[in-house]
Amino acid sequence: MEFLANALPAGLMAHAPALVVVVPLIAAAIAAFMPNGKAGWAVAMVTATIVAVFSLALLGAVAGEGVISYAMGGWAPPAGIEYRIDALNVAVLLLVGILGFLCVIYALPSVADEIAEDKQGLFYSAFLVCFAGLLGVTITGDAFNVFVFLEISSLSTYTIIAMGAGKDRRALTAAYNYLILGTIGATFFVIGVGFLYMATGSLNMADIARILAENGHDRVTQAAFAFIIVGLGLKAAMFPLHMWLPNAYAFAPNFVTAFLASTATKVAFYALARFLFSVFHPDVAFVDLSLTWVFAVAGVIAMFMASAQAIFQTDARRLLAYSSVAQVGYMMLGLGMGTVLGLQAGMLHLINHALMKGALFMALGAFALKFGVREIKDLAGLGRTMPISATAFTIAGLSLVGVPLTIGFDSKWYLIIAALDRGWWWAVAALILSSLLALIYIGRLLMVVWTETAPSHRGEQVKRTHAPVMMLIPMGVLAFANLYFFLDASFLVNLTEAAANAVMGD
Amino acid sequence: MSPHIILRVVSKLLIPMIVIFGFYVQFHGDFGPGGGFQAGVIIAVAVILYALIFGIDEAKKAVPPKLVQWGSAAGVLLYAAVGLATLVMPFAGEAVNFLDYDALHPDQSHHAGQHYGILLVELGVLITVTSVMLAIFYAFAGRVPDIPDEEW
Repeated sequence: MEFLANALPAGLMAHAPALVVVVPLIAAAIAAFMPNGKAGWAVAMVTATIVAVFSLALLGAVAGEGVISYAMGGWAPPAGIEYRIDALNVAVLLLVGILGFLCVIYALPSVADEIAEDKQGLFYSAFLVCFAGLLGVTITGDAFNVFVFLEISSLSTYTIIAMGAGKDRRALTAAYNYLILGTIGATFFVIGVGFLYMATGSLNMADIARILAENGHDRVTQAAFAFIIVGLGLKAAMFPLHMWLPNAYAFAPNFVTAFLASTATKVAFYALARFLFSVFHPDVAFVDLSLTWVFAVAGVIAMFMASAQAIFQTDARRLLAYSSVAQVGYMMLGLGMGTVLGLQAGMLHLINHALMKGALFMALGAFALKFGVREIKDLAGLGRTMPISATAFTIAGLSLVGVPLTIGFDSKWYLIIAALDRGWWWAVAALILSSLLALIYIGRLLMVVWTETAPSHRGEQVKRTHAPVMMLIPMGVLAFANLYFFLDASFLVNLTEAAANAVMGD
Repeated sequence: MSPHIILRVVSKLLIPMIVIFGFYVQFHGDFGPGGGFQAGVIIAVAVILYALIFGIDEAKKAVPPKLVQWGSAAGVLLYAAVGLATLVMPFAGEAVNFLDYDALHPDQSHHAGQHYGILLVELGVLITVTSVMLAIFYAFAGRVPDIPDEEW
């Protein structure tokens, strides 16, 4: 992997940690000047390409050097803001970089269809701010900086979700709902960081971890822990703090849903893992207790409750949104085991879930573009009328269930291994049973897509058509990734193994 | 004769003062309380007062919404450009990190680079904050029809 680091000139590589956040931020300002959607998209595309290249190069650099530390403005940590990349966040950085790149390719036809022409430049601007924020949360090593970037990404997310109002006015209430809950989450998080600062006198996460390990814990750090978990849990749509998610996903523009589903909650979940395992440590009694009784238990409830809710949805995107909440439950269970294997399984599922949901929402976006369908019953016959998109949809859907030959199987396999290693037999049973629930709701979608006949228009069958190539390419790449990483899982497994060892290994 | 003659004359006197005070807060930010955020709000207040007295249409003529939109992006660009400039200007023959203002000026004994850096960055903050304040004001003010003069 080290060869990737040499892809960029050394001068650029030295500043890559800063540039990977700064470039989208600058591009956001430039996109605001763009007169039309095409120009705005071009800016976003160039940016996403640069970010993808940087994140690959950083992956190579981390493989070579271990931990990369970058002092903003030359102010040395812990006083200054440190950008710190280790094996854990480089995996998430790569995920956001690559998925962002694929989503932006997809954006051009989708956004042109859903957003008013004169708003598209500003839409891309808001998207790039969100992108920069997510990358910032991932890369920074400073707890307060996490809050700042979390707010940057959230505020722009509210905007881009509300842009769905062009197609459905309910996007406005969904965005408002998310705004209220997201702000509460951010407030809780910053209160927690404040308590940590009070207890340790430091905002640098590595430094806080060191001081906490030396001084031990008291009521203040326990309160900090609780506030941070609730705050980030809201952002990550952790059950039972997920109420904002179904509507936000269902009414946002399709491109936004695909992007958020595959990156935003993942980044919040990474931040959660960072605090649980790196700043605090599972060896501490109260952390261990909350891992078992909050994360694992709530995770298992989420796996069943949200899956059951997904079964009864009528709107296709809402169904997948509830399924996302259930999938976050799997990741919570993985984290809740509090072992290296559990964390690895959780991170593996995090990456795999991004690949599945990205493809699923992209396919739904393609259906919506061609036929304007949102309801499950309207998906009838799409297997015949839009075969390529429907195939990608099917592959990703089966992956979500965890059928062998797809990466969903890998996720569940590693989760089960980790649960057995921990001696949690009930978790194994829960995993298998909730997969059956997933089979029911995905089965519902696939039945409608493949077995029902396409509607006819004035006695004529709807003709076979295809989504624009710009949509098919990223969708196809993700669907292919769902199959490829089953056959050769070593890349993802090594990535997540290194990630788990970076924070848990001794 | 306009019914609001006193308001108009007084605000015409006040608006330049408000702007000057805004710049005072801006440039005093180097040495004491103040800075781009506060100054940006004060300068935006001058335009908002103008809009309250002379009407939103007049204000939009003086400070067009397009300018406001560009301004909010331009400030960010200025800030980021300072950061990029520090990357390409090596200090004492060595490359420095993003936003390390020392690179901006070789005079280390007076920390001249730090002065230039914060001045430029705060100018960027000023431009963006002023523009965003006005953008919010225009967005809200634009939603309701102006009250006709007879209804005062």
